[in-house]
Amino acid sequence: MSYTENDLAEDLQNQEYKYGFVSNLESEKIPKGLSEDIIRLISAKKEEPQWLLDYRLKAYAIWLEMTEPEWAHVQYAKPDFQDIIYYSAVKQKKYESWDDVEPEMKETMKKLGISMDEQKVLTGTNVAVDFVMDSVSVATSFKSKLSELGIIFCSFSEGVKNHPELIKKYMGSVVPTTDNFYAALNSAVFTDGSFCYIPKGVRCPMELSTYFRINEQGTGQFERTLVVADQGSYVSYLEGCTAPMRDENQLHAAVVELIAMDDAEIKYSTVQNWYPGDKDGKGGIFNFVTKRGICEKNAKISWTQVETGSAVTWKYPSCILKGDNSVGEFYSVAVTNHHQQADTGTKMIHLGKNTKSTIISKGVSGGKSNNSYRGLVQIHKGATNARNFSQCDSLLMSDECGAHTFPYIECKNSSAKIEHEATTSKIGEDQIFYCQQRGISSEKAISLIVNGYCKEVLNQLPMEFAVEAQKLLAISLDNSVG
Amino acid sequence: MSELLNSTEIDLINTNGYTGVLAAEQKQKASKILETIQFPTTRTEAWKYTRLGKISNKKFSIQKGSVSDISEYVISKDAYTIVLINGIIDTSLSSTDLPEGVICSSIKDTISTEKLNSLVGKNLKLENEIFHSLNTQNALDGSILLIKEKTILEKSIQLIHILTGEHTISNVRNLIVSEKNSQAHIIQGFFSENATESFTNSVTEIFVEENAHLTLDKIQFEDDSCYQVSTEQVEQAKNSTFTINTITLNGALVRNNLNIKVIGQNCCTNLNGAYLLKGNQHVDNHTMVDHIAAHCESHELYKGVVNDKSTAVFNGKVFVRKDAQKINAFQSNANVLLSDDATINSKPELEIYADDVKCSHGSTTGQLDEEAVFYLRARGLSEKSARKLMISAFIDDVINKIENKEVKTFVFGLLQKRFDWEI
Repeated sequence: MSYTENDLAEDLQNQEYKYGFVSNLESEKIPKGLSEDIIRLISAKKEEPQWLLDYRLKAYAIWLEMTEPEWAHVQYAKPDFQDIIYYSAVKQKKYESWDDVEPEMKETMKKLGISMDEQKVLTGTNVAVDFVMDSVSVATSFKSKLSELGIIFCSFSEGVKNHPELIKKYMGSVVPTTDNFYAALNSAVFTDGSFCYIPKGVRCPMELSTYFRINEQGTGQFERTLVVADQGSYVSYLEGCTAPMRDENQLHAAVVELIAMDDAEIKYSTVQNWYPGDKDGKGGIFNFVTKRGICEKNAKISWTQVETGSAVTWKYPSCILKGDNSVGEFYSVAVTNHHQQADTGTKMIHLGKNTKSTIISKGVSGGKSNNSYRGLVQIHKGATNARNFSQCDSLLMSDECGAHTFPYIECKNSSAKIEHEATTSKIGEDQIFYCQQRGISSEKAISLIVNGYCKEVLNQLPMEFAVEAQKLLAISLDNSVG
Repeated sequence: MSELLNSTEIDLINTNGYTGVLAAEQKQKASKILETIQFPTTRTEAWKYTRLGKISNKKFSIQKGSVSDISEYVISKDAYTIVLINGIIDTSLSSTDLPEGVICSSIKDTISTEKLNSLVGKNLKLENEIFHSLNTQNALDGSILLIKEKTILEKSIQLIHILTGEHTISNVRNLIVSEKNSQAHIIQGFFSENATESFTNSVTEIFVEENAHLTLDKIQFEDDSCYQVSTEQVEQAKNSTFTINTITLNGALVRNNLNIKVIGQNCCTNLNGAYLLKGNQHVDNHTMVDHIAAHCESHELYKGVVNDKSTAVFNGKVFVRKDAQKINAFQSNANVLLSDDATINSKPELEIYADDVKCSHGSTTGQLDEEAVFYLRARGLSEKSARKLMISAFIDDVINKIENKEVKTFVFGLLQKRFDWEI
């Protein structure tokens, strides 16, 4: 039988969100709801030390006092915090080797395109992966190879067990529990995440990566990532996320903390592809994330993000440029379609002398979505010769979508130079016409133009991710142009 | 909130006040709002960078003042003049020979027509707006200018506001209507004489009807102990042009709210602003251009120089509604910081719900180019005059937008007086 139009239609339908499957894995869940007892239960399940439990309870007390922020340019039904399962762990034995991993789990990873098999790695670039499903880290690869260099790369829970002194010292130092509503919630109920420490002067030979997956129904994912780059070290870190297609809104509230000490460099890339909800805006993940990094002298933090998923995104990866000569960068592509809403951007806090920051944000909105850039550039009094350049462009793909820019620029130093520019427009008819004239279909032409438009950001991504991100952009924008 | 005024004064307004064109219901509504409303804090987004303690902690009173010599405040010698002292029209100082085609009266007069009645307060939001409510409740006087259909005014009209006395409050309320096919140039000047810690809370409602062209030059030069909150609420009908040039050169705390609603197609809106600050001044420019109709253009240029411990705030918003296609909106804000104790807060915003638009905004903050200063000095200019020259070149972009020569000359005079160009 030949490939018919119906087959094609079906393929296109499925193509929309290819990670929407559910893995049939047995898991252990705790009852719904949030209370001190639940927090004690989570802490007990994870066999945590007393100080961490105290930290959680303190955060919970703070969270109770807080109200949900409303300033973001998004509208959504507020999650019922008593209707969420805060801990769901896949039942697993201790895996001795890769062969012990259950077939269903292997199948899941395969479908998601994660390669854990250290033997079958493609030639050239290696990626060490920490795979987090629902509330716990399932597996981490390349651990032994990394530990030879003194690099610690493990799940957060293992970090707490094996390196409590490091966790205790750095956790909450960049994003304090009092920071905001969701950071406080995360600090109270976080279940797992990744921890990474690069020792002095070490250049991490491979990309480190965490893959987050929500699988169970009715759960929320609250993970925490802590990356510490000691003096003169370098690490490139990747993060990917997906979730099954469901009608309910699931909550993902994460905290990411980066610490770049003197002369260190951290490159943090995210490809966020949580389930965005269906065409009518039903379902999808609420992505409320606090990401922040601190730069000491001559350090550099670079955030790159490709945001295509989530029903509602609320995310501002920030840099505190504390040390002199430190550099902060933010490259972002945010694509929204159908009923998605994104309010994303960055904060660059210049404290040290000669600090530099660059912000490149590209928004693409289609369907009935709303896409906002919200950014803060703050030059403090002591930040002599601080320099900032921001560029935020928005591309409008349909007549029902919205694109907004809300930059905040605060300057208290007379030697600082700040530039901000933003444009909003749609794809030129003439550009599409030009492509069509040369035999490129309009769909292809649009994907070509959008890719070109986002190139500045995509170029910042590590190679494998860049290819993935380009595909993702094309899929996210399918049928978005009427 | 009424503690801003003595209760006897409130009674005075209620009994001896006017109804005029400002309907009694509106005053009542405003009073009701004032009963519960609080002064906005820096947690309110629109007042994020402006603290109102200087105003909210004081008690102001309504005073009738007098000024004998206004020659210093006359911006254009060749213009029809209306003088308002502490928000009350002084007829003895104002022109009496207004041309045909212009109706000029006070808002407390009963000459009001049905049309004027329907326009006053039409677009002015009272809910959550303490200063609008305060003005609506307490406005004693203000001028109505109605440029009749097909009138093209050769001469300008100038409204000269003078604040006098200690802890005086002026809730001046103006209404400017530019009828179909008319063309006019209006100047609003805000000055003070022997005034200390006084407060102008002005509201000007402006309606630019079909094919009308209206230009407004606003010069703010009150004493550096005085406060001003001033709102221009503008509505533009189709094929109209509205231009406003706001020049702020003095005042302890100045807040300008410029709200422009473009409801008709093919309109052009120009907003220009310049602010030069020193000492402890705080100037906050809030602009909002709301594009409701398609095929319109708006251009915004605000430039400022801040020195000493002064603070400048710019918050410009361009709002393009759904179906308002083919909008070209451009916004630009440039600042020069001359001192480490000065602060710039800039927040240019775009909120766009239509796809076939070209919108952009830019914001820069920097300082004088030392190489350029060196270049000038190498050619024999003193450092002082080199810097003076560069600052004047920077700010000239905006000043040159003022088309009326007399206004321009007057502004240069003020700059000379206040800064001696020694910035």
